[in-house]
Amino acid sequence: MKDISKSPWVIHYDGSSCNGCDMEVLASLTPVYDIERFGVINTGDPMHADIFLVTGGVNKLNRKVIKQIYDQMPSPKVVVAIGACACTGGVFKECYNILGGTDTVIPVDVYVPGCAARPQSIIDGIVKAKEVLKEKCLTEQRKGGSNE
Amino acid sequence: MSKQSVIPFGPQHPVLPEPIHLDLVLEDETVVEAVPSIGFVHRGLEELVRKKDFNELVYVVERTCGICSFMHGMGYCESMERIMNVTVPRRAAYLRTMWAEMSRVHSHLLWLGLYADAFGYENLFYQCWRIREKVLDMFEASTGGRCIFSVNKIGGLLKDVPDDMLKGFKISFEDIRKEVKVIADTFLQDLTVNKRLRGVAILTKEQALEMGAVGPFARGSGVEIDLRETGYSAYDELEFKMCTEKDGDAYARTKVRIDEIFVALDLINQCIDKIPAGEVAVVVKGNPSGEYLMRLEQPRGEGTYYLKANGTRYLDRLRLRTPTFANIQPMVSILKGAQVSDVALYVLSIDPCISCTER
Repeated sequence: MKDISKSPWVIHYDGSSCNGCDMEVLASLTPVYDIERFGVINTGDPMHADIFLVTGGVNKLNRKVIKQIYDQMPSPKVVVAIGACACTGGVFKECYNILGGTDTVIPVDVYVPGCAARPQSIIDGIVKAKEVLKEKCLTEQRKGGSNE
Repeated sequence: MSKQSVIPFGPQHPVLPEPIHLDLVLEDETVVEAVPSIGFVHRGLEELVRKKDFNELVYVVERTCGICSFMHGMGYCESMERIMNVTVPRRAAYLRTMWAEMSRVHSHLLWLGLYADAFGYENLFYQCWRIREKVLDMFEASTGGRCIFSVNKIGGLLKDVPDDMLKGFKISFEDIRKEVKVIADTFLQDLTVNKRLRGVAILTKEQALEMGAVGPFARGSGVEIDLRETGYSAYDELEFKMCTEKDGDAYARTKVRIDEIFVALDLINQCIDKIPAGEVAVVVKGNPSGEYLMRLEQPRGEGTYYLKANGTRYLDRLRLRTPTFANIQPMVSILKGAQVSDVALYVLSIDPCISCTER
């Protein structure tokens, strides 16, 4: 398994976010904040993605979608929960349709706090996710699971 | 007559920043029916009236949507102030109007960018978002937040903006006006953009009235509806013109939104010129009792707030009806007959805000 952490591709899915974190993720992809300088590129296809950015809490309908995107992504993969809602459920925790944060459905590697999370902290989260991805690549290499 | 097939569109799709699901029934490449299903973003925000008191609820209502967050807080506070018979100081009303118009500028720039991306003009997308960042910088300087501001409270505002900063804003908005002029020329005169947008997604005036379209979607079809004319906040003392177009296609909607950016910049200028000195909040005592229905013009159209209070700290009912809720039905009906490659242009042309709609 080669080290893919130098140019990971990200996929973004808006769980039940209020659009705040959602727009900040998009803003950090545009040239003002520009996470592409870390080798990251945005993709719409889960099968091409290495890092999964989730915003918003999990509800009864979108838990299937989040699980499906996660399952379609090739291993090794890293999940970043962006914003208070994706971390814990946030202000909507007590709502009847919110089951909780992203970690109620899939394992989360990096938590980015904030309501809404600022682009600076999103960039920090993605850089941390790259380190986790590198770690996971090395683990797979040691196991000899993939012989690419 | 060929066989029909069904293609799912969304909830996770490259052109959709937010999840909406459409089942497209196709004959060859033509859509014969579109069946929307929503609920991916539903949180059940209205139920929180039982758990948060009416002062805390301001922060919940603001989180209905991160794009027009300021307007949601403003709508809630204004209706609550009318229930409680509180008059906010004029300075607060002017600042609210200024921030509301700044929200409109950044929301329309955001939409123009996303739309440019949808019709394949990535450079224009980045240019729009670059200008939008300057508006967000001013939001950050004056309120402390980029998306969620939390400056509204019942009875006025939590913070004042110094006059020097307002003067600085005036200069910055002049720069923004020049930059928007450049991208506006590209949107409205570029040959490729024209070819892509003219005659696409046509909604006639009759259809718009029949199905109750609101906001720039309706104004693009020649329906004269703009709730700012009812004169809430400081709009009664400001002058502005309503932007309408007759064609009802995607190009007309783009033109309406671009014109509205310039009108909003004018309104911000007027606010800064006319703003009176004084306090920004009054003390509010007691619990609310009564009900009120407030309508205001959000970037995407008419937003309605219905509040019912019973004399305790907790409200009986909070009902939000947001513009996209009204616009989804006309959008779905004009999808019939669309080419499948144009579906993204149809869906995005109403400026959908799904998290508003589903709350």
